[in-house]
Amino acid sequence: MMASSYNAKEEDGHHSGSSSHGGPGAMKSKKPDNTAFKQQRLPAWQPILTAGTVLPAFFVIGLIFIPIGIGLFVTSNNIKEFEIDYTGVEVDSPCYNCAKNFSWNSTSSCLCSVNFTLDQPFESNVYMYYGLSNFYQNHRRYVKSRDDSQLNGVESNLRQPSKECEPYRTSEGLPIAPCGAIANSLFNDTLTLYYYPQNGTKLPVPLTKKGIAWWTDKHVKFRNPGGSANLSIAFQGTAKPVNWRNPVYQLDEDPENNGFINEDFIVWMRTAALPTFRKLYRIIQKKPNTTPTLSSGKYVLEITYNYPVLSFDGRKRMILSTISWMGGKNPFLGIAYITVGSICFFLGVVLLIIHHKYDTRSNSAEIPN
Amino acid sequence: MPRKTLKCLFGVDEGSRANRKVVVGHRPCPSNEEIIPPKFCDNRIVSSKYTVWNFLPKNLFEQFRRIANFYFLIIFLVQVIVDTPTSPVTSGLPLFFVITVTAIKQGYEDWLRHKADNEVNKYKVTVLEDGKAIQSESEKIKVGDIVKVEENETFPCDLILLQSHRDDGTCFVTTASLDGESNHKTHYTVPNIGSDLESLTATIECEQPQSDLYKFVGRMDIYKDSQEPIFRSLGPENLLLKGATLKNTKVIYGVAVYTGMETKMALNYQGKSQKRSAVEKSINAFLLIYLFILVSKALVCTTLKYVWQSKPGQDEPWYNEKTQREKDTNLYLKMFTDFLSFMVLFNFIIPVSMYVTVEMQKFLGSFFIAWDKDFFDPEIKEGALVNTSDLNEELGQVEYVFTDKTGTLTQNNMEFIECCIDGFQYKHRDARDELDGFCDTDGPVNKVQQKAGREKEELFLRALCLCHTVQVKESAEQDGLTDQVDGSILDETPSPEERGFIASSPDEIALVKGAMRYGFTFLGLESKTLKILNRSKEVEMYELLHVLNFDPVRRRMSVIVRNGSGETVLYCKGADSSIFPRVKREEVERIRLHVERNATEGYRTLCVAYKRLSPEEYAQVDEDLKEARLALQDREEKLTAVYNQVETEMDLIGATAVEDRLQEEAAETMEALQGAGIKVWVLTGDKMETAKSTCYACRLFQRNTELLELTLRTLEARGRSREERLHELLLEYHKKAVQDAPPVKAGITRSWSGANHDYGFIIDGASLSLMLSSSSESKPSLYESLFLQICQNCTAVLCCRMAPLQKAQIVKMVKNSKGSPITLSIGDGANDVSMILEAHVGIGIKGKEGRQAVRNSDYAIPKLKHLKKLLLAHGHLYYVRIAHLVQYFFYKNLCFILPQFLYQFFCGYSQQPLYDAAYLTMYNICFTSMPILAYSLLEQHIGIEDLLDNATLYRDVAKNAMLQWLPFLYWTLLGVFQGLLFFFGVRYLFSNPALQDNGQVFGNWSYGTIVFTVLVFTVTLKLAMDTRHWTWINHFVIWGSLAFYVFFSFFWGGIIWPFIRHQRLYFVFANMLGSVSAWLVIILLILLSLLPEILLAVFRKNHGSHARQKKLVESSGGGLEFPGSSARPLLMRTFSDESHTVT
Repeated sequence: MMASSYNAKEEDGHHSGSSSHGGPGAMKSKKPDNTAFKQQRLPAWQPILTAGTVLPAFFVIGLIFIPIGIGLFVTSNNIKEFEIDYTGVEVDSPCYNCAKNFSWNSTSSCLCSVNFTLDQPFESNVYMYYGLSNFYQNHRRYVKSRDDSQLNGVESNLRQPSKECEPYRTSEGLPIAPCGAIANSLFNDTLTLYYYPQNGTKLPVPLTKKGIAWWTDKHVKFRNPGGSANLSIAFQGTAKPVNWRNPVYQLDEDPENNGFINEDFIVWMRTAALPTFRKLYRIIQKKPNTTPTLSSGKYVLEITYNYPVLSFDGRKRMILSTISWMGGKNPFLGIAYITVGSICFFLGVVLLIIHHKYDTRSNSAEIPN
Repeated sequence: MPRKTLKCLFGVDEGSRANRKVVVGHRPCPSNEEIIPPKFCDNRIVSSKYTVWNFLPKNLFEQFRRIANFYFLIIFLVQVIVDTPTSPVTSGLPLFFVITVTAIKQGYEDWLRHKADNEVNKYKVTVLEDGKAIQSESEKIKVGDIVKVEENETFPCDLILLQSHRDDGTCFVTTASLDGESNHKTHYTVPNIGSDLESLTATIECEQPQSDLYKFVGRMDIYKDSQEPIFRSLGPENLLLKGATLKNTKVIYGVAVYTGMETKMALNYQGKSQKRSAVEKSINAFLLIYLFILVSKALVCTTLKYVWQSKPGQDEPWYNEKTQREKDTNLYLKMFTDFLSFMVLFNFIIPVSMYVTVEMQKFLGSFFIAWDKDFFDPEIKEGALVNTSDLNEELGQVEYVFTDKTGTLTQNNMEFIECCIDGFQYKHRDARDELDGFCDTDGPVNKVQQKAGREKEELFLRALCLCHTVQVKESAEQDGLTDQVDGSILDETPSPEERGFIASSPDEIALVKGAMRYGFTFLGLESKTLKILNRSKEVEMYELLHVLNFDPVRRRMSVIVRNGSGETVLYCKGADSSIFPRVKREEVERIRLHVERNATEGYRTLCVAYKRLSPEEYAQVDEDLKEARLALQDREEKLTAVYNQVETEMDLIGATAVEDRLQEEAAETMEALQGAGIKVWVLTGDKMETAKSTCYACRLFQRNTELLELTLRTLEARGRSREERLHELLLEYHKKAVQDAPPVKAGITRSWSGANHDYGFIIDGASLSLMLSSSSESKPSLYESLFLQICQNCTAVLCCRMAPLQKAQIVKMVKNSKGSPITLSIGDGANDVSMILEAHVGIGIKGKEGRQAVRNSDYAIPKLKHLKKLLLAHGHLYYVRIAHLVQYFFYKNLCFILPQFLYQFFCGYSQQPLYDAAYLTMYNICFTSMPILAYSLLEQHIGIEDLLDNATLYRDVAKNAMLQWLPFLYWTLLGVFQGLLFFFGVRYLFSNPALQDNGQVFGNWSYGTIVFTVLVFTVTLKLAMDTRHWTWINHFVIWGSLAFYVFFSFFWGGIIWPFIRHQRLYFVFANMLGSVSAWLVIILLILLSLLPEILLAVFRKNHGSHARQKKLVESSGGGLEFPGSSARPLLMRTFSDESHTVT
């Protein structure tokens, strides 16, 4: 890529020793050491970017990027994604009533179900996300409102949560576990998926909740306090977050997924980068047989509507998506690669023309001389 | 130091005395009046800034006076007080680091100054106390002490000469280190003191300290045996100045009248002001721009935040409630706090670490100057010395060089080069030729086998031997060390009797020595009898009747002697212009050619003439002279009239050429400087003729240079008032040099052909002060601007007869002229100190004239020739390095902070940082600091040899070219472009945050980490692309930084850190690397951000390299033809055979 001349200037580092032979302390000669470093004559590689050397690079980049881009684009296009907004803003939407009549005090859950049809079967594992819009999980006051030590099971922080959890630090004199705004606003809609096959019986789609959080988060960063099997004892003397219906030790029946190490909780605790985000909710494992994970057809999404978003103009979505090696569906990368590759290729061509013209002109100009 | 001086002065002024009274030897005198011993300064010289006690507060105060440091202090305090997005550590730590490093550096430099001061202050002196000689230290001398000084010692303070070892009550001193004049000056003891200093009771009343070296008024009251006191008036001839050196006198005793900071030498210092480089000024300008950007960013964000919050549900959604305290806070206070928080969040845009890096770069970089073995001088066994590292880059920006002459351009060694007798040339070649040609048998021979008659030769040589005021050094043992005046001639001349001479002018010594070489030896003056040893080893005796002294108006001197046969002869020597009109025309024609050629070759030429006086004539002259000498009024005028009357109708015998030997490679150095577009001004205290010939020799003036002279001579040419004449001349020169001259293009090198007209300007001290004083009255600064305009169009300017402070005045004038050009002063003596301090860059030469200049300089080099490399190579490289460093720092912080700014639009303007605190802190300290530091120390975008060979390359960076607004805009736009790219590239990637192949999603810290990774790689690779000179250190540091970043990120995210509240980055980096999409976007963004750079580099290199290759080809071609390259013309002139063929 670069024309280079290795310019090893005369190496005279070996002289450096000679000055010290004079005997230490005997006579301090002020003569500067004749080392390559001190004389600024270190051997150096002096690359020069010229059109001739950059040209092939442009072509190479173009030739590499365009196929990658095409590959990415195709991959992204092959990813099947289905998205459904169940916020219930419109009057005719199934969850309109639930959204409308939401009240923090109601003890009973509001249920609604959304019907949808998948036109194409989803092969391999299908990932079920919930998406929120206009939800500022990246707001500074929100982001810092957590106590990582408490979540790591440190006893003192369980009793004495960090001040940063304010105003979700204590409730009625008891420390909140888990404290902070993030934990308090844990997404608590329950989404269940049913399939209506041709014959008409409603089949629940099996949803796995294992493996939705980062492994390290689940196993290292988040730990239940006390270490005892009985979480309710461990969390004794703490209050549940004000917006929660159940205390933290009742998030799940499975002890491996309860308390702080509940994966839904962990996923929520990883604050999103942008106000519109999605979070992994469940995984629909690929079936061992050849039938697609989700075959095309009618489905119903049953929602236990607990999570109010209308107050801040938010939206809730459920997303079903397959995943490729590059993650979820995102045409951006493919397009970007194709564009950059093309630009490089184009620049290569332009440079080639310029270079060619420039060279011939300068050559012809030099001949008469 | 200035404050100290003031204090001294005030301390005296409080006594409200116009005079100071000094009691000699502290012996109470029997006078009626009571003498309260006044407090005087001690004899300490203080050039250091701090003491151990005041270092910390004073240094801190000085540091926080810097706009940037103060700003960071404010930011730090805001972080401490207000709830801000980042912890105070993030800015407090770097600030602490900066302050510490700077303090250490300045402390070290001040320690060096202390050491130098101590060297002077602890200098051993002998003080007489109650008749006993007591060894003491210089700093302990008090006013009134009687100090003993031995030969070749410098006077430790200003002394009134009481007693000299010489019989005639005189002593000789050289004031070379004060005013640059290296000749011996005679000072006189106070008469009628008596030999017994112990019993001397006297008081001295003298004026308060003042800076004029040549003025002193005082009175001494001597009390003897309770008689009425005897009054003696004291003048400058009785005052021995600190810094001057005793010569040719074994020992003297003197009483201290001014000590320490009140000595005339110290008063001639100027206060040391902190020098700021142009780069620093640019930095401050850029800083203001960035401060503006910062404030506007914060304002925009604050405004938008409140606009955004005014929408219902945004300010405080149910999931994100405010604390009670926040709710209670006053709205305006909240706005203000928000504004401050944004400021803190974006404050990284003003790079705190830039100051550390700049400091370190300067500090470490200056070692390369001290280490350079090319600056090592084997004679004095020393290399260059760096006193201030703040100005390295200023060396690459110099537009005006002000150089001292004596000891800087010249070695101050006069050498007799050739003479011309009756139109025939006699050239002294070297020792071997001399044996062949000039042995005492045969007389002078020249190559063309023509010679003047023996009689003429001998007449000429006798004239040389007689017509002077030289004294023979009496000391019998002659060691080469003491004899610095004529040392170099002695070792070339195998004279049978090596003798030392003392004279007021080194030329005279050279002439006497020249005559000695041809067989006529001056033996000395004994009671009005001049003795010379002629070729046949006979001693000739001449009675010295009159000496008609040299003066600069007549520009000649004569002696009238009577030889053994009773003949009275007048011998006269002087400048050609003053001799030629007084001799016969036909004789002139024979010699004029030689004289003119010699003059253009830079020799000092003198013509020698004689005149036989008949007894009647002599009697008349004798009478006239005696009468004139006794005249009480207008003595000078009358004497001159007589002189002029006598010195007529003489016979021209010949001419001499004396060379004041230039410093090694002086002409090449000057030529290189001019080639680099630097204007050279010579400022000297020396005579105009001498200085002019030096300028010719240095090729500053050339044969075709038209000289514009503004001196007392030209001012007094007609019978008009000086002011009128000055006005007239200035306008005339201005018309000539500025209005009529074609506009000079900066890029054009001075051509050898001389097709375009060159002008040289000469001004002397008196005219300068006249010009400045008259301009201040009537037309303020009109003359000054005229003068500057003329000078700007001159290739070289010579200012002669300058007092030390006048030199500084000139430098100041140019410094403050339009465009405020960067000035450099170079000198070797104490008389140059003020101009060294005044100029932007002061260079001291480690010459013979003491260490004053070196101590006060910013850089000291052993020889003038080293200036070339110092400016062309070191200066150029340092400038490029630091300019790039500065631009790069602003750039990298802009594209660092811009994504964070953009992120505010996506996080509800909540001051949420995009990057983790560790990244925020480490970005400038660790991840991106080392490569740029290595670059700024090692980069050689053009090799040192090429820089030295092509002086014109220096012009590429002239006028602060790399820190102008255009390059700044380019870097800023690049930063903005890359910042936008980083943010939005990742933003679009995050439109679907499920980036892992297991469907898991990334959060905001992953977002920041991806942006940050792209950022670190891009800015490092950008630097890598700019690096033209990859040493192993660059490789190590650039790739090492990237590796360190990766390693650190793993490490930082690999552990649950105890004692840290947030574990935000836990495994974020590792997970990022687990995602193919993240990899792809990182690669894409890095490449895309560097793409415009690559393109530009290609185009720029295309043109640049072609141009440079052509240049190199030309220069190497030239080098083949003329192996000595630019040195050739000088060598040709000095050693060529041309001189023989001309005759």
